[in-house]
Amino acid sequence: MDMNQYLEVFIEESKENIQAINDQLLHLEKDPSDLKIVDEIFRAAHTLKGMSATMGYSDLADLTHRLENVLDAVRNGKILVDSNMLDVVFASVEDLEAITLDIANGGAGKRDVQQVVRQLERIENGEKMEGTNDKNDQKHDQVVSDVSNHSIFKELDEFEITVLKESIEQGFETFQLHIKLREDCLLKAARVYMVFEVLEQVGEVMKSQPSVEDLESENFSNDFYVLVVTKESSEDVKKRILKVSEIENMEIEPFSVQSYVNRQWEEQEAAKAEVAATVEKSDEQQIDKKQATPSQKAVNKTIRVNIERLDILMNLFEELVIDKGRLEQISQESNNNELKETVERMSRVSGNLQNIILTMRMVPIDQVFNRFPRMVRQLTRDLGKQVDLKIEGADTELDRTVIDEIGDPLVHLIRNALDHGIETPEERKRKGKSEEGSLTLKAYHSGNHVFVEIEDDGNGINKEKVMNKAITNGVLTKEQAQNLEDSQIYELIMTSGFSTADKISDVSGRGVGLDVVKNKIESLGGSITIESTEGKGSMFSIQLPLTLSIISVMLVEIEEDIYAIPLSSIIETAIVKKSDIMHAHNKEVIDFRGKVVPLVHLKKIFEISSVQTEEELYSIVIVRKGNKMAGLVVDSFIGQQEIVLKSLGNYLTNVFAISGASILGNGKVALIIDSNALIK
Amino acid sequence: MKTETQDLKVIVFQLRNEEYGVPVEYVGSIERLQAITRVPGTAKFVKGVINLRGVVTPIIDLRERFGLEEADYNESTRIIIVTINDKEVGIVVDGANDVIDVPQDAIEPPPEVIGSVDVDYIRGVAKLDKRLLILLNIDKVLTKEELKEINKVERS
Repeated sequence: MDMNQYLEVFIEESKENIQAINDQLLHLEKDPSDLKIVDEIFRAAHTLKGMSATMGYSDLADLTHRLENVLDAVRNGKILVDSNMLDVVFASVEDLEAITLDIANGGAGKRDVQQVVRQLERIENGEKMEGTNDKNDQKHDQVVSDVSNHSIFKELDEFEITVLKESIEQGFETFQLHIKLREDCLLKAARVYMVFEVLEQVGEVMKSQPSVEDLESENFSNDFYVLVVTKESSEDVKKRILKVSEIENMEIEPFSVQSYVNRQWEEQEAAKAEVAATVEKSDEQQIDKKQATPSQKAVNKTIRVNIERLDILMNLFEELVIDKGRLEQISQESNNNELKETVERMSRVSGNLQNIILTMRMVPIDQVFNRFPRMVRQLTRDLGKQVDLKIEGADTELDRTVIDEIGDPLVHLIRNALDHGIETPEERKRKGKSEEGSLTLKAYHSGNHVFVEIEDDGNGINKEKVMNKAITNGVLTKEQAQNLEDSQIYELIMTSGFSTADKISDVSGRGVGLDVVKNKIESLGGSITIESTEGKGSMFSIQLPLTLSIISVMLVEIEEDIYAIPLSSIIETAIVKKSDIMHAHNKEVIDFRGKVVPLVHLKKIFEISSVQTEEELYSIVIVRKGNKMAGLVVDSFIGQQEIVLKSLGNYLTNVFAISGASILGNGKVALIIDSNALIK
Repeated sequence: MKTETQDLKVIVFQLRNEEYGVPVEYVGSIERLQAITRVPGTAKFVKGVINLRGVVTPIIDLRERFGLEEADYNESTRIIIVTINDKEVGIVVDGANDVIDVPQDAIEPPPEVIGSVDVDYIRGVAKLDKRLLILLNIDKVLTKEELKEINKVERS
């Protein structure tokens, strides 16, 4: 059997299982006596073991096997849960994660796990618990199959009944199939798919029990029921089905719609009660699979769509936005009212469409947050601190592209908060705080932005120290330091080569962290601000755009070319008389609302023409990067527009001060100016 | 049949008075000249970018890339869109109007005479009847590394 086609499924499910193990381990740490949690971890580990063994990843299977043994011992009360034991288990999960990642990256899934395996063995220590595993699992399966037995096609809706009746009139027969997969069948969803494919060849699948969604996500034990309409004889159908491998058994019996309808009346009351029970039970099952979704009902109204398809959809829509821009332009020029109305309507519709498409690409930030609890746990142990991590708003949604990029900066900030922010328990006690520090990770929507806040109740930022450091580093002079506002002082710690930590530790303090964080966030079109009270704690607040693909810009003209400047970095536009321009150290500056702002001639920077503008009035776009400002001199302003961000392709990378391109309504390409690159 | 399988299908294009060929599998399309948006701060032979049916595509001028004298674009000027290692690039040539099969055995290595510098973007020369076709390693044309060498290239 070719395994490659299942690889993707395998990787996805492994990740899910590992994540589940991780989450549950953290729960277990808080409540070591809860054996239900151990059960859940055990189940996830067991699935992982089975899958990896079939896929031929022996290291993965081996490691999970050890893990399972330990967990089993815990379950049977032979081992007590303590932090040392959890450390080893966490370490092994880390290895599992690394192996999975390796496989996902096309590796062979090999990794030296000897050490961890030995540690696990030591914990397990003479208390072999093998053999009980299987029994337990069988018991579990038994329960589940009971559930399915009770509820075969109790809920045919009217539409289905009509279709069934009609097909009988046309000479079709209806069969109810009970298909049982072999115990050791691992990629059950794949088998189900094959069975369905066979059935589609001979007829039509009306309904299945459990539902197709559940079957697809392997949310069932080893057997399932299908209702089929076909012209073939029952024998033929059976023969075809049995050709699919790993099927243990199947029963086929005719299904009579008429008697079903008759029976339904009588059974309705009884059925109701039973269905309710079933729903409850299958709910439990769901929780096992994907914990933390207790409100989820058995039927999930979602479909899985390949991300690539969404990207294509997005691209197509972007084309549409471009054409819409063109149409708007045309309708403006012509005086046709009907055209104008139609275009306006279309704009509204496409605006709605844009919202829907963008939300389709949204993923909860939980994908990033979910790895932090373990990281925090590990770090606090390494640093000898006690920290309670609170996560709020993990379901806040962000565009996939942003999610992919935001992980590393957050890791930096959290490490920073743990290392520099929160004090050691002794110190906290001395200061009259509770020994356990708190770190809050919070995400929420506000307008067109998403905010992510990292707040600790630690030491806060020592302004004096920051200023002194800045002065010794030559970042600013004593005189300058006098006039700084608090926020400006805090911002200093995000300049490169800056670290106020007294000691350089493994975790942070080398002064490479925060400036990287700042740059990354700014490159995403976001910003970061710091609030802090000395001795009380600090808060880093990150503001991120909801999406990166469609942005609002100001179009400007420079000679023949049109350039776009993102609105997010523009403060305002101004027209300045040439006589108002001052010179400071041979640089042109203007007085903008009491501040000295240097001018940047885009013509010079972009080598458009060497001739200085001789006009009396300068059109200036004031842009900012943090607290710094600059005035970009352009020929004229065109206006504000929503544009679709496109890359310059793989060939032209790292073009100075250009962050991308966009296609205008007239089909021409306009370059997008990266104003951050123009301000030092 | 046997010879056919060894044939190399190439798109023929003109540059100055010479004919060049690129294997057809690299070529996405051949476009007429359209408005090019200049991109500042790039190599001189990078003319800018165009809107190729919604995709922003960089354009390089092959004459300048090869160090030939510049020529004004005219009616016969074409942009050949080539794709190599997920880089999609348009190259400006004087004209492109032919697809021919070149038998493998007609391809000779680039001539090595004194005064010519080995340039790895030339894959070989094919002699077909009275035509001489210079076959290009198109991926090498796109790399910027041996920019310095270009100036030394003799006009073969």
